Parts: sequence; C-alpha cells; structure tokens
Amino acid sequence: MLTNLINGISLGSVYAIIALGYTMVYGIAKMLNFAHGDVIMIGGYAAFCTATYWNWPPAFAVLFAIVVCTALGIIIEKLAYKPLREATSLAVLITAIGVSYFLQNSALLIWSSNPKSFPNMISIPSITVGSAQISGTAIVTILANIVIMIALTIFTSKTKVGKAMRAVSEDKGAAQLMGINVNQTISLTFAIGSGLAAIAGVLLCSAYPTLMPTTGAMPGIKAFTAAVFGGIGSIPGAMIGGVLLGIIEIFGKAYISTQLSDAIVFAVLIIVLIVKPTGLLGKPVREKV
Amino acid sequence: MSMLKVEDVNVYYGSIHAIKGVSFEVNQGEIVTLIGANGAGKSTTLNTVSGLLKPKSGTIEFEGKSVVGVPAHKILREGMALCPEGRRIFSQLTVEENLQMGAYTRPNSEIADSIADIYDRFPRLKERYKQVAGTLSGGEQQMLAMGRALMSKPKLLMLDEPSMGLAPILVEQIFEIIVEMNKRGTTILLVEQNAQMALSIAHRGYVLETGRVVSTGTGAELLNDDAVRKAYLGG
Repeated sequence: MLTNLINGISLGSVYAIIALGYTMVYGIAKMLNFAHGDVIMIGGYAAFCTATYWNWPPAFAVLFAIVVCTALGIIIEKLAYKPLREATSLAVLITAIGVSYFLQNSALLIWSSNPKSFPNMISIPSITVGSAQISGTAIVTILANIVIMIALTIFTSKTKVGKAMRAVSEDKGAAQLMGINVNQTISLTFAIGSGLAAIAGVLLCSAYPTLMPTTGAMPGIKAFTAAVFGGIGSIPGAMIGGVLLGIIEIFGKAYISTQLSDAIVFAVLIIVLIVKPTGLLGKPVREKV
Repeated sequence: MSMLKVEDVNVYYGSIHAIKGVSFEVNQGEIVTLIGANGAGKSTTLNTVSGLLKPKSGTIEFEGKSVVGVPAHKILREGMALCPEGRRIFSQLTVEENLQMGAYTRPNSEIADSIADIYDRFPRLKERYKQVAGTLSGGEQQMLAMGRALMSKPKLLMLDEPSMGLAPILVEQIFEIIVEMNKRGTTILLVEQNAQMALSIAHRGYVLETGRVVSTGTGAELLNDDAVRKAYLGG
C-alpha cells in the first residue's frame, strides 16, 4: 500500500514535471506543443550518450541534457511555431504533430529502433520505511518535483520576468504596451519547459531504463492529460494533476488490472472534465468590459 | 516644434482601408483630442502611433525621429505610452504588480518611488494594492490603467476612451485627473466618444470621420462649430 503510494507519487512527479512544460507553453502561447513528449526522449538520449559513450559523470550528463533540450525548445519555437503566430490554432496543432514525428524519426535515424539500456544515474541507496522500500530514484524524483515547483512559484510570483510572463499570458497586446518583448518571453517559456523536459527524461529513464525513439510519446500524452486534469495554464494545477494521475495509474495497476490502468487514467480525466470542464484548478474564462 | 507629427498615414485591416491619409500633430504640453463616431478610426490611429499596428504608408515622427515600424515594446522606451481602450489591465495580477509591469522598462531602483507617487494620486489603488486587479470596479480599473501607463514616465500619454462605461461622476473625476496630469507636464493625446467633455479640456482637437480628418481647431472652436455640434454634441 505505502510502496504503491510512493511509486505513484514518484511516477506522478515525472508526469508533473512534463505537464509543467505543456501548461506553461499553453498559458503563454495558447498552443498545445505536442512535440513536448519527444523533447523528453531527446533529453534521455543526450544523457545516455554522454554517460555511456563518453563516460561523463551523471551530474554533467544531466546538465548536458538540459542544455540540449533548452536549445532544442528555443529552436523548435523559432523555426516551427513563430512563423505561425497569426495562423489558426489548427495549423499550429498540425505543425506540432509534425515536429513530434520529425523528432521521433530523427532519433530513429541516429540511434536506431533498438532499445538502449539507460545507465543507472542515481546512486542513492533505497530506504526502508516500515514494510515499504523506497528506491533512491523515487526519492530523487519526488524531491526534484518539489524543488521545481517551489522554484517556479517563486519565479512567476516574485521576479520581474516571471510577472511579465504572467502578463503576457493574459494579454499580449497590453504586455507589449508595457515594453515587454513578447517574442522573447515566449522563447523563454519554451526554454524553461524544454529544460524541465530534459530533467523529466532522465528521471523517467532512471525509473524505466529502456530508451527508444518512442519513449517520450506515451508519458507526453499522459502528462498532457495531467495538465488538462489539473487545469491547463495553471502551474499548481499541472503539479496536482500529474501527481494524482501517477497515483491513479499505479493503484489501477496494483489493484484493478495492469492492462486496464491506462484506460482507468483516461476515464478519470473524462469524468473530471464532465464535472469541471476547466480542470481541477482551471479558472473559467471571464470577460469584464 | 511638435512633439508628435503624423503625416498622411494609411492603415489597412486586410483589404479594409481603415485610416485614409490622416495627419495631425501634438505639441509639447498640449492636450489634443481626436473625436468622432464609432468606426471613425480613432483607436486605429492610436494603435498605429503606439506600434501595435503598422501603417501601409505615411510618416510618424516623435521628437523629430521616425517611429514607423518600431515595435510597440520599443516605442514605449521612446517616451510614448498608450492606455488602451477597454483598460486591459492584467486581471490576474495584483494592483501593485500591474503598476510594476507599467515600469517594466525602468530600473528597479526607481520603481518604488513611482508607485508611491501613483498611490498619492490614486488613494483607492493604495487601499487595494494587494487585491487581484480583476476584482476592482470599473472606475478603479480605469485609474489603475492610467496609473500603469504613467509608471513608464511617458512624455506623451495616449488615452483611448478613458470614460467608456463609467458613471457620470466618475467620468468627471477621470477628466479632472487628465487635466491634472497635463498640468504636471505630461502631454496628452486623448481619444473620446464623449466629445463634449474631451473638447472642453482639450487645447486642440481633430474630428475624424470614416478614416479621415474632416475638421480641426481649438477645443472651443470645435465646441461652437455647427457641423460638429450637430454630429457629435447632440445639436
């Protein structure tokens, strides 16, 4: 029971970190970046290559993955999404799916479809609490999630740039009139989201050490679900949605059925959206004239 | 010398020719108003001057320097601020955060003093500084929007329909504040549907009709102009 709960929170923490990328980009650019899951996969490969082929110590491998993904996020935004700033949301959505396939197939070309075995990067021993054994990976994942959550909350509520980000997400035109460079702000959001994706990639691959070009796809969709579940656009919503989703998934696997666990996850999403269409913490859109 | 000089500007929305060769100027220290009916192109003109829209042709000079094609976030640094139509405050941010955003381009060390200054002028905002701006009343939101625009210390403040949707007593108050800001040295370019009020405080005015300037004069001249009276002042 306790083991399952910890595992659920740990898996959910990975979803939450990924969901933050979806939710921040959605909040600012009002677009669903479906390539986000594949950025995770690239992050995984970046860490894998540096650690396995070049024998870098884990901390540097993670740092390298963050740099690669941050740069990738900025490049994707600049090349694929920025030219479509004025386009319909459908065009942007299709482009995002295109970018997703592009990344997956590039990975297929570079690393082939053979699964790679991800090296063990987290060397913290597991601890035993009562009857439950908590792995080092789970501890690190949950702590990483908490640290990221606190850091992002401080960033968006206390810093000038963070406040500007919230201003842009609410009204781009008015933000421009304040002297805020909207394009730079969007670029920064993609950078942060993608950097977090790299961390999520390493944590995910540490818990489930098989790395393939499609590794990011399913967690990406689940994290997107978590973001919607918590209320898309809301940072604490992504966090709560992610953790709840992880717990539901692990408990579904443990007590109901392994095959049905994904079905249960999505069924919960559907029920939540029927009861509260904006998600758990989503704010209804309100216009005051 | 004129502070802002707009000459023969044409603006299109797609294939719609919204502004047709508009010219006007604003001198240092003046209150200038653009009046006209809905759809005359008043807001479009302000949005073009502030860089949100790009004109197809024409020149816009601020303090002798061309600002055509300069994006909005850089125009603010030149010393022009727009308080947009419908206020457009950041409703999820607090009152104080809204004011901080207004000073985004200025060094952090100067912001606290400016905020204190705005609170002096608008005591209501001080009472509500921690409140989320979306919870303010319409009049308070307008004060916040004007305060926010002043936070960049503009030489020229453009106001788009500041009296829209406000009760008459608040309208008077807003106009008093505009006059007061002008006396303190801010040049004002005011767009209003409330022509009576706007002309009564303005040094000069321009009448816009379907994207063209059709008449110009001092505030008093336009108030007494028969055609203007008929069209905009209810006879």
